[in-house]
Amino acid sequence: MINALQTIQKQAAEALGSAADPRAIDDLRVRYLGKKGELTAILKQMGKLSAEERPKVGQLANEVRAAIERLIDERISAVRAAQLEHRLNAEKLDVTLPGRAAPLGKAHPLTKVLDEVKEIFLGMGFSIAEGPEVETDYYNFEALNIPKNHPARDTQDTFYISDNVILRTQTSPVQVRTMEKQKPPIRVIAPGRVYRSDAVDATHSPLFHQVEGLVVDRGVTMADLKGTLELFVKRLYGDESVVRFRPHHFPFTEPSAELDVQCFACHGEGCRLCKGEGWIELLGCGMVHPKVLSICGIDPEEYSGFAFGMGLERIVMRRYGIDDLRLFYENDLRFLNQF
Amino acid sequence: MNLSMKWLADYVDVGGITAHEFAEAMTMSGSKVEGYETEGEKIKNVVVGKVTEIVRHPDSDHMFTCQVDAGTGAPVQIVTGAQNVHAGDYVPVAMHDSWLPDGTHIKKGKLRGVESNGMLCSLAELGLTTHDFPYAIEDGIFILQEPDMTPGQDIQSAIGLNDTCVEFEITSNRPDCLSVTGLAREAAVTFNRPLNIKAPAVKGAAEDIHSYLSVEVTAPALCPRYTARMVKNIKIEPSPRWMRERLRASGVRPINNIVDITNYVMLEYGQPMHAFDYRYVESGKIIVRNARPGETIMTLDGITRTLSPEMLVIADAAKPSAVAGVMGGEYSGIMDDTNMIVFESACFDGPSVRTTAKKLGMRTEASGRFEKQLDPATTIPAVQRACELVELLGAGEVVGGMIDVDNACHEPRRIKLEPEWINRFLGIEVPVEEMRRILTRLECKIDGDDILPPSFRSDLEHKADIAEEIARFYGYDKIPVTAIRGTADGGYTAKQKFERLIHQTLLAQGLYEVATYSFISPKYYDKINLPANSPLRACVTIQNPLGEDTSVMRTMTVPSMLEVLARNYNNRNKAAALYEIGTVYLPQKGRELPDERPVITLGLYGDAYDFFALKGIVETLLRAAGVDGCEYESSAEDAAFHPGRCAQILAGGKCAGMIGEVHPAVCENYQIGTRAYIAYLDEIVLFENVAPECGYRPLPRFPAATRDLALICDDALPVAALEKAIRSAVGNTLEELTLFDVYRGAQVAEGQKSVAYSLIMRAADRTLTDEESDAAVKRALKALGAIGAQLRS
Repeated sequence: MINALQTIQKQAAEALGSAADPRAIDDLRVRYLGKKGELTAILKQMGKLSAEERPKVGQLANEVRAAIERLIDERISAVRAAQLEHRLNAEKLDVTLPGRAAPLGKAHPLTKVLDEVKEIFLGMGFSIAEGPEVETDYYNFEALNIPKNHPARDTQDTFYISDNVILRTQTSPVQVRTMEKQKPPIRVIAPGRVYRSDAVDATHSPLFHQVEGLVVDRGVTMADLKGTLELFVKRLYGDESVVRFRPHHFPFTEPSAELDVQCFACHGEGCRLCKGEGWIELLGCGMVHPKVLSICGIDPEEYSGFAFGMGLERIVMRRYGIDDLRLFYENDLRFLNQF
Repeated sequence: MNLSMKWLADYVDVGGITAHEFAEAMTMSGSKVEGYETEGEKIKNVVVGKVTEIVRHPDSDHMFTCQVDAGTGAPVQIVTGAQNVHAGDYVPVAMHDSWLPDGTHIKKGKLRGVESNGMLCSLAELGLTTHDFPYAIEDGIFILQEPDMTPGQDIQSAIGLNDTCVEFEITSNRPDCLSVTGLAREAAVTFNRPLNIKAPAVKGAAEDIHSYLSVEVTAPALCPRYTARMVKNIKIEPSPRWMRERLRASGVRPINNIVDITNYVMLEYGQPMHAFDYRYVESGKIIVRNARPGETIMTLDGITRTLSPEMLVIADAAKPSAVAGVMGGEYSGIMDDTNMIVFESACFDGPSVRTTAKKLGMRTEASGRFEKQLDPATTIPAVQRACELVELLGAGEVVGGMIDVDNACHEPRRIKLEPEWINRFLGIEVPVEEMRRILTRLECKIDGDDILPPSFRSDLEHKADIAEEIARFYGYDKIPVTAIRGTADGGYTAKQKFERLIHQTLLAQGLYEVATYSFISPKYYDKINLPANSPLRACVTIQNPLGEDTSVMRTMTVPSMLEVLARNYNNRNKAAALYEIGTVYLPQKGRELPDERPVITLGLYGDAYDFFALKGIVETLLRAAGVDGCEYESSAEDAAFHPGRCAQILAGGKCAGMIGEVHPAVCENYQIGTRAYIAYLDEIVLFENVAPECGYRPLPRFPAATRDLALICDDALPVAALEKAIRSAVGNTLEELTLFDVYRGAQVAEGQKSVAYSLIMRAADRTLTDEESDAAVKRALKALGAIGAQLRS
């Protein structure tokens, strides 16, 4: 009987060695270890053994069962591993084939850069004010210290709806509307469309975008204006940007300034990009004229403020090297695709 | 404003300062330099030469071979085709390897076999005209008649072509800086150098102007001051070189001594001058008056202008001879035989000149200056300067006396000097003494705490203006840089966040954002089949549009989107999926301003797109934006759309927009050769229907019951009706209703369709029994039966 057990173990080992898939292994398990299996058949004959032999053979039988079970487990693992490896090999992909992408849209370049400008000012505690594009002469000019027949009106060729209603030539009327509505502290930017009767060419458009800004509070100084706008430029163009504030004139700010950024291409030496000046005009700004504060019902003795305005198109054109303003409004996908 | 540096040097010594430094410093003190150019700097290696010998070219009957002394020792041989050169002439010689102002490079060569080592130059080749050198001729070599020339001398120094000209951008509040003296004042303070402006000195004759002329100003409000002097025995001739040079450097063409003097004084003092030929001053009377209704004048440009009574004219006893401050009339000019003139130096009301010039459509150098409101105190120095120049040039005899009708206010403005306020306002700490010093240098008088600005600084009105003066000369760059203090309530509003969400959702669905004009042509409404009586045709109309295409503010965005689709189609872009959040401008009865409403517009064309592709995008958009309860109702109302493929979108029962396939006829109007799809949504209506944020709902604890229904109904019955019936019949145990199949064809009768739904039902507090679920389905079938849908057998 001992021999028989050893033979079973040997046969099982051989059979398992050549079993190539889980089902064959399972068949062997049944054949050797199942209720009707060979080992069970032998164990059924245990009764015939003597009392001394029985424990020995019993122990041996248990050892043989354990050995076969172990062999089966090992074989199963091996076969599974081989199968997995086979599958993995068979499933190899050319990972350089293109992906199945969900379509991706793109924001208009003007929106893209405007969002950046907005984020910078939102981070400084600004909110975003809005105002109408079809505007009264009062808000666009009069309240901004530009009376009728003021020469400053000439620089802003105006589209008229009626004697009194125009398409706003600047986003500055939003300053007035904001001050009328809101008590200081005021910290807003007002982006939007503005209109001037300029014939369309590569650098002119009857419609373009400005971003206006206004800060009014107690004790706001020109140094604050410089600090705020310098920070804005560094956020927009990088910490290494160099700016200068240069005296200028706007009827609704006093003192007024223009902010120039040192030319990125020539670093102030003068080149084609900056037309030899070394500096690029970025925005106009100044301390809100006390007359304008008064007109808007804010006491200039108690409050002061600063305002600024910039043209969005020019910033975007410079950012991407776009040389023709018309592309923004033609909306050819081959253009929009690039941003 | 172009400033000649030679001219500036008459008034302030800016020696030792390079042109670059000058430009920088002037820019930073408020007179922005646009650029500067040294005359003749492009000319290289062109010298004065003396022709020592001239013979005919051996092989040409129109060319000559010259020997020229160009200061190089040996004579230089040059061949010329010009016929006006003689031995002994001084001429400009472009030597071998020289450059002319137009970029021409001159090298030695052979002309018909004869060596030529350079070129003799004409006026034009040096970039000049006979206005600059009246003694020279246009077509021929420039025969030099300048004093003290030596062969070999640079041509620039020989003919005075070496001034540096600085171009300034002068802001509209500083008409005083549109002059040499004005810029000299700024330069003197900027560089802290002495200013040297003297009152002009006129000898004059014994006679008295009053015996020739009288001046009457009947409209003193429009002409605060009118000053006149006269000159007789005029000899019209070219003005001297120094004057021509300065005019040229300032961009003004020299004409003759009298005209040049008026221009010279205008450039120097900023005061436009006019010289009237006394012969044509009828009865020796100048009357400054309003024009008479319908009165006409032929201006110097030869055009007859009809005047209106708000316009101011300079008239004589009979007729208007000039439009005040704008342009003279045909007889007001200087002619070759002019013998006696009246110099007018006047101050007119700025707004009036501006209106007149605008109305007559003629903006002139003079009107551009007058409209900025000039200083009435300048009329006398200017007319005196003109007379001084007449005497200096020997152009005539100045008649004694002066007529000065002065109705101007000469009381200086008083502004309180508030040093603490200025320092606080600017964020600086400038001592009061320094402020007084700056203001004094700017020619302000200081009377105790009061500042009295000079008459030419009418822009100084308020303490903020004084702050700017202090800042300019203290230095904008020295003002510190600080952060704004205090807190502010920043960030996006709910509506702005909503709009951002819309952008993001559309971009994430693969749409490209476009930007279109807010104005369109009224004809575009025809292109989209908008009915003639549609209220949307009432637009905000631009009175002075650039063209019809941009003449009305749009009341709808569909034409703009179609334009963009068409352009992309024409540019052979295979497919397009676009959107814009753009404004429409709806006129409001009884209101001055229109209602400006943001509209979300979507446009598609291309193989991958159909109506349901667009609808899917809209549905996803509305879901992401949290707009609840949207319905789509079939609509044939909007003629821009295919009548069978268009729906009105309802949000909260209110019309929020339309979606549909563009009508083929409209596509044809736009030459879009494929199907296109458009949807538009009113952003405000959507925003008003954003569902409030809802609280958490526990995850289901009880199993769901699932039932599938295959239905048969009339093909025309919209599935929305089926869904509505199922939802209301099943009630709130209906967790999900999914349409999974629609079939038309062989298996169903003609005119019918099969629609298959899957229902998932669940109760929150118990397991639904089969009986309950079956009962629910039964209710649903009953309701469906009522609208003509049966269970498919």
